[in-house]
Amino acid sequence: MMPIELFRIDERLLHGQVVVGWGERLGLSYYVVVDDDLAESDWEQELYAGGLPAGAEAYFLSEAEAARRFRQLDGRPGAGALLARTTAAMRRVAETGVLSGRTVNVGCLGATPGRRRSLDYVYLSPAEAADLRALAERVLRVEARDVPSAQAVALDRLLEDFDA
Amino acid sequence: MTALARGVVVAHDGVAAALVRAVEHISGVRGVLSAVSNEACAPEELRARVADAVSGGEGPVIVFVDMSSGSCAFAGRQVLRGRPGAAVVTGVNLPMLLDFVFHREMELATLAERVAGKGRTAAQVHLPEARDDDADRAVPD
Repeated sequence: MMPIELFRIDERLLHGQVVVGWGERLGLSYYVVVDDDLAESDWEQELYAGGLPAGAEAYFLSEAEAARRFRQLDGRPGAGALLARTTAAMRRVAETGVLSGRTVNVGCLGATPGRRRSLDYVYLSPAEAADLRALAERVLRVEARDVPSAQAVALDRLLEDFDA
Repeated sequence: MTALARGVVVAHDGVAAALVRAVEHISGVRGVLSAVSNEACAPEELRARVADAVSGGEGPVIVFVDMSSGSCAFAGRQVLRGRPGAAVVTGVNLPMLLDFVFHREMELATLAERVAGKGRTAAQVHLPEARDDDADRAVPD
């Protein structure tokens, strides 16, 4: 048995970088997708799950359900990933205490109004920067890395333009 | 007269623009395909780009996406959900688009199946065969 190996904030959720880039490297066989809206949408779950490799499983859970079932999912056979679409969702899951000692990866957060560029693949609003700071107090480490072969970028570097 | 089908190509990085440019160069048919990239944009921004491209003309529309899953496919399917006269075709490639631009008068579902088939059959494997005279040309010990 292996614990969940990847905790990632990525607004694209189950896309190529995650399923191919990380999934192949880590041998991921299940994905815990934490998103309150997606947990209620059968057709979108089908859409996202359609991109999984054969044999891989996805659990689409609300934040509350993810926290409640974390120990069970963390202890199931195979290597897994927990994905959150937003910084706030990952922070709220971490605030339940279940992510203590884990490293959270910041993946793809694209450009939108209200965000500014931190890295080519990470754009953040001030509220999201605050989420990441709060998250860092609940986990071992928060770092940015789009694909496994890339150099991890420390949270301080990620947020340097947001520091007062 | 029924409007001819249009195409919107949605793909990673510069793939869509390159495909559209190549189709126009090869076929001489212009203004039928538009390109959308997912580069450095959030999902809602990508959906907005796709929606703009889809609504940017009349008639039926096919959204061609590169991978069968992932951000481009999700955006295409989300934008077209519940919209009549539209289809998503995955695995876009050059032969597929070239066939599309010359058959835009076809009924949409038939056209979508046709071009998807063109795309599939374009993927072929050619293993080099040994030639009869290879033995003669072998380098001696």
